Amino acid sequence: MATTTVRGTIAKQKLIWMYETMVLIRRFEEQARREQDSGRLRGTHSAIGQEAVPVGICAHLRDDDFVLGNHRSHHHCIAKGVDVNEMMAELLGKVTGTNRGKGGTMHIADMNKGMLGANGVVGSNIPVATGVGLSARVRKTDQVSVVFFGDGAAQQGSLHESLNLAAIWKLPVLFVCENNRYAESTPFEYSVAGGSVANRAAGYGIPGVTVDGQSVLDMYEVGGEAVRRARAGEGPTLIEAQTYRYFGHYGADNPLGYRTKEEQEFYMAKDCIARMRKHLVENKFATEAELSGIDKKCTDAIVAATKFGVDSPFPKLDELTTDVYIKYP
Amino acid sequence: MTTATKPQQATRRLTYVQAMNEVLAQEMERDPTVIVMGEDVAGGAGRKQFDEAWGGPFKLTQGLYKKFGPERVRDTPIAEAGFIGAGVGAAATGLRPVVDLMFVGFIGVCADQIFNNAAKMHYMFGGKVKLPLTIFTATGAGVGSAAQHSETLYALFAHIPGLKCVAPSNPYNAKGLMAAAIRDDDPVIVFNHKLLMGGVGGGQHVPKEPYTIPIGKANVAREGTDVTLVGISYTTYNCLQAADELARQGYSAEVIDLLSVSPMDDEAILNSVRKTKKIVIVDEDYPRCSVASDISALVAEEAFDVLDAPPKRLMAPHASVPYSPVLEDLFIPSKEKIVEAALGVLQ
Repeated sequence: MATTTVRGTIAKQKLIWMYETMVLIRRFEEQARREQDSGRLRGTHSAIGQEAVPVGICAHLRDDDFVLGNHRSHHHCIAKGVDVNEMMAELLGKVTGTNRGKGGTMHIADMNKGMLGANGVVGSNIPVATGVGLSARVRKTDQVSVVFFGDGAAQQGSLHESLNLAAIWKLPVLFVCENNRYAESTPFEYSVAGGSVANRAAGYGIPGVTVDGQSVLDMYEVGGEAVRRARAGEGPTLIEAQTYRYFGHYGADNPLGYRTKEEQEFYMAKDCIARMRKHLVENKFATEAELSGIDKKCTDAIVAATKFGVDSPFPKLDELTTDVYIKYP
Repeated sequence: MTTATKPQQATRRLTYVQAMNEVLAQEMERDPTVIVMGEDVAGGAGRKQFDEAWGGPFKLTQGLYKKFGPERVRDTPIAEAGFIGAGVGAAATGLRPVVDLMFVGFIGVCADQIFNNAAKMHYMFGGKVKLPLTIFTATGAGVGSAAQHSETLYALFAHIPGLKCVAPSNPYNAKGLMAAAIRDDDPVIVFNHKLLMGGVGGGQHVPKEPYTIPIGKANVAREGTDVTLVGISYTTYNCLQAADELARQGYSAEVIDLLSVSPMDDEAILNSVRKTKKIVIVDEDYPRCSVASDISALVAEEAFDVLDAPPKRLMAPHASVPYSPVLEDLFIPSKEKIVEAALGVLQ
């Protein structure tokens, strides 16, 4: 686990970036829920509670590194620097969206920011991320590929195939399991033999690390070592970030149908943003007033993003059949 | 371009496998971002004394490992979802991967990567990523491999928007279509029929210089006036044989070699039918929801007024490919069956 030594070396600017990015994600997701309730948006998978996972990792990444996500990926996108205006427009199906309104919440991509797509099929992006690592290797760059997937996806065969391939070829890939304890409504304890995803790394001869995914500083430390390894050509790392999904799987579904209120309160008491805020204030990296200023800035950014999205036009109707092929014979 | 008139120049006869092997080497030479990967594409990977062990079961990739090395010619573990998915990711980030799906029936273990990622990423990302991925795969009955190694499954792939699908019928168009597939910025599936790779149809003049054959265009393999025969890959060979027989019986058959299963050259088919007024579509794939059914519908909708007979589909039965040679022979649309079907619409 994290040591104070490494934490002590994180620059203030980086700490503030991590706090601000987590807050921006949360404001975005809260707004997405409001848009869903108002009917302008037809449902999303909320990442509230899981903000620290991609933020701690992406703090080490460059624009030319790649992140691949899953159905619950707004936090991955924002952590990788995708513009929230374009994201909100995409959620609303507008032509100004990241994907010109053709992908929506589950497929947000931005190649300029190294966001190679959320993906609606559970486990589907894991092999793709492995190929991104292969590409970096063959092109002789030091780019890194990071794939985020859930505890549900960790039960797909695609993870086994990809871990094996990345290990034998020593590819620069971070396999990050965001263990939020539920595959839709199916508990981790029920579906994961052996009780750990990270332990499976041993079978492939690669490092497997379990980390408190509700601590952005722990995520930062674990991510730093994994990214260093990848860039140095030492191969992949499997990270199991233990986190919690505050809301239901999708849309407005109520998780109290399959988990207890006590359990929810236990995890919500370890909220990643509240803990980071406390850390920043106690260690005098920022004052309460400064952090409230950041909070306000994030709220304003999401208000502006929503206005941008709502005011933007829908795609022209002939876009229905464009982009099927790049070059149609 | 009528390929059927070219073979007899015979200055440089190549088999189907030699032509494919040559185009792979030429494209790798031409473009350093082209890599080849799949099960046993080198064979004996990592063992220096065996680095020319195999070159795949059909030898399409033989010699590439020695020439281009282990970074660009990669034996993979048996993990089709893993390495085809890796091909998708590599294609999205600057490489031009050529991936071997050893037999088309293995689509069952990697369909997600092809149908959900390769085919859809360009569209669902709003055109902001390109996927220059080529997948080549062995198809077809006739060599006693039974149900899981002998299908063609064209329709399965052609059904999905975003994929391009080509099915060469001889060494000349195999080289040109493979080059076009590798250079294309969309994902392309190249179906190589096992009988053609096994030498049916024989060698043919294949120019040494690299060339491409456009994806999406059919070829008039033989001109005729009385009936249109549409062939796909190996069935084109059978159609040409049948056309010879029909000529002996006094009928002039035109053979359309489809070449591209998707996108399909609707105009080439319709132009031929407008001339001959009769059509037999010969497809080795399963009959339900097939490419042949699609062509039949196309002709019925667009050229109904000129037809002298209903469009005729000659296909495999709605059954898995059998093992026993007497049953397998029945499965394939043979020359004899094509002649019979053509006479049916002619008379």
